[in-house]
Amino acid sequence: MMMIEMRAIRKTYRTGRVEVEALRDVNLDVDRNEFVAIVGPSGSGKSTLMNLLGCLDTPTAGAYRLSGESVAGLDRNRLAEIRNRHIGFVFQNFNLLPYASALENVELPLLFAGLPANERNERATAILEKVDLADRMHHKPGELSGGQMQRVAIARALVNRPTMVLADEPTGNLDSVSGRGIVGLFQELHAAGQTIVMITHDMAIARIASRVVQIRDGEIVEDKSAAA
Amino acid sequence: MTSLSFLRQMLQDVRHQKVRTLLTLLGITWGTVSVALLVAFGEGLQRRIVKSQKGLGESIVIAWPSRTSIPYEGLGKGRGIRVTEEDIEALRRKIPDARFSGEHSDGRNTFRRERVRISPGMSAVSPVFGVMRNLIPAPGGRFVNDLDVDRKRRMVFLGDKLKQDLFGDAEAVGQTIMIDNAPFMVIGVLKKKAQDSSYSGRDQDKAFIVDTTYRGIHGDRYVNNFIFQARHPSLVPEVTRRVYEELGRRLKFNPNDKEAIKTWDTTEGEKFLSIFFTTFRLFLAVIGSFTLMVGGLGVSNIMYVVVEERTREIGIKLAVGAKPRFIQSQFLLETLTLTALGGVLGFIITLAVLWIFPFLGLDEYVGTPTASPAVVLTTAALLGLIGIAAGHFPARRASLLDPVAALKLS
Ligand SMILES: Nc1ncnc2c1ncn2[C@@H]1O[C@H](COP(=O)(O)OP(=O)(O)O)[C@@H](O)[C@H]1O
Ligand SMILES: [Mg+2]
Repeated sequence: MMMIEMRAIRKTYRTGRVEVEALRDVNLDVDRNEFVAIVGPSGSGKSTLMNLLGCLDTPTAGAYRLSGESVAGLDRNRLAEIRNRHIGFVFQNFNLLPYASALENVELPLLFAGLPANERNERATAILEKVDLADRMHHKPGELSGGQMQRVAIARALVNRPTMVLADEPTGNLDSVSGRGIVGLFQELHAAGQTIVMITHDMAIARIASRVVQIRDGEIVEDKSAAA
Repeated sequence: MTSLSFLRQMLQDVRHQKVRTLLTLLGITWGTVSVALLVAFGEGLQRRIVKSQKGLGESIVIAWPSRTSIPYEGLGKGRGIRVTEEDIEALRRKIPDARFSGEHSDGRNTFRRERVRISPGMSAVSPVFGVMRNLIPAPGGRFVNDLDVDRKRRMVFLGDKLKQDLFGDAEAVGQTIMIDNAPFMVIGVLKKKAQDSSYSGRDQDKAFIVDTTYRGIHGDRYVNNFIFQARHPSLVPEVTRRVYEELGRRLKFNPNDKEAIKTWDTTEGEKFLSIFFTTFRLFLAVIGSFTLMVGGLGVSNIMYVVVEERTREIGIKLAVGAKPRFIQSQFLLETLTLTALGGVLGFIITLAVLWIFPFLGLDEYVGTPTASPAVVLTTAALLGLIGIAAGHFPARRASLLDPVAALKLS
């Protein structure tokens, strides 16, 4: 069983009389422990694909099975549960709560998972230590550098031990030094067995992935594994 | 959210919208004060009026023998009807569902004590009269009793104002006064009471002795009027019918002849008052509720703004797995907390007003408003309802936000 099975996925946005086919007839399987880089020009449908993979949005047509379970027709509360249990998001613009400390931001998914306070604290602390932020736990996002903020976001994505991490241009807002640090972190995670799907338009970053999927105009035009 | 960060979140919202939140809170506070005070005043006024009404007696009927208006068994109309103590005794026997007392009063009595002379109203009655008419003795005294009846004792019960005229502040109970040159002992003085309506002068100005003593002195068998009280107000019409039937048979008049015996049924007034005040209080409550609803609209409005401001944060929470249900309850809870805060402030102001009120000396006119459980519960229930209504719609909007769109904002 594949971790991700997408069949004939279509996503059409409509604004007034205008319809945009953001994705058309996408088929994609991702197996456990893959590190997939999704590349393609701006507006090609990468973020749309990621929102569908992460159950933030639902396809207009097609079938999507995550860990063997069909996602179609689930209500908003169930989808939230799946995001909480299976998905860890890392965004280009971090998306941290500005008024909460790094620790509280990382605890957030555990809170919605219903874990008790002491366990939340233990797990969030442990994961922040793993991303080298032991000394920044009580800082607010505004008091952290871009690279540190993205580490907090990665810690938040990992804290509930997700089936896969979805990252949408995680280095897009970082200088090259911080960016390399973040890429290194993803490499380590992959080496430790984490399944990762990452959107990027940086071919240099794409090269460290185990597989590169190219999208153009809402269609997959190339799918190459580096394993060979 | 943990309660800590929930509170922090709220403080954050309050800080962002200081003036608006404050105005909104004041709206709720003012609404709460309106509802609570209006209902409390309504209740106080009702209590005051009902108490005065009861000064005459609760659910009693007063009956005056008069003249027939319908010919009966060969007797013409316009015939005078006179009722004796024996007739009253017969009513007691035949109608166990009510109690009766005749009342003699000729109004030509001179009371004398030392150098004070006064001619007050005086009634000669049965001991049950005191119970029916709420003639409650001040501590240290009593109303006339059955022993006074049996022994035709010369005992007198004085209205509080009459006592004041005769004795001033001196103790009256146990003292002797002269009534038409016969010595009577004062056995009780009326405890001060509120009385709005009367039929032969206010009780505070009157004196009461037992009927047997009166008859012993005056030889008068006929009562001026009699009063009765049914075991329950609902029995009054039936008891009244039986009174006409029984007296009609004994005194030979048509039992449907309402002129032969004229009656004043005080329960009608009580019924009217009760309906009037129920309506009146409802009216006040509705006015207050409208004020509170306007406050509720303010809260709702500010919560819409808060949802707007926190759209991105909601998007983040949804992305990491917060259920829309949870987002909804969070905003509902925040609205309820705001409403409760305004409400508590309103209750405090209300209590302060209610605390000050008795010192204004207005009790005689409008009664004393008090925060009875009914007032508090009504207001709290209304606050809860309005809080839920005010929170529901913004909270629902928050929970229906599309996470992708919410996250795109920056
Ligand atoms: N919410 C939306 N409403 C309408 N059109 C959208 C929406 N989101 C994306 N699109 C359109 O869908 C296409 C794919 O967008 P996107 O997935 O964001 O591309 P990428 O991430 O590769 O730059 C674009 O043409 C974009 O304009
Ligand atoms: Mg994109």
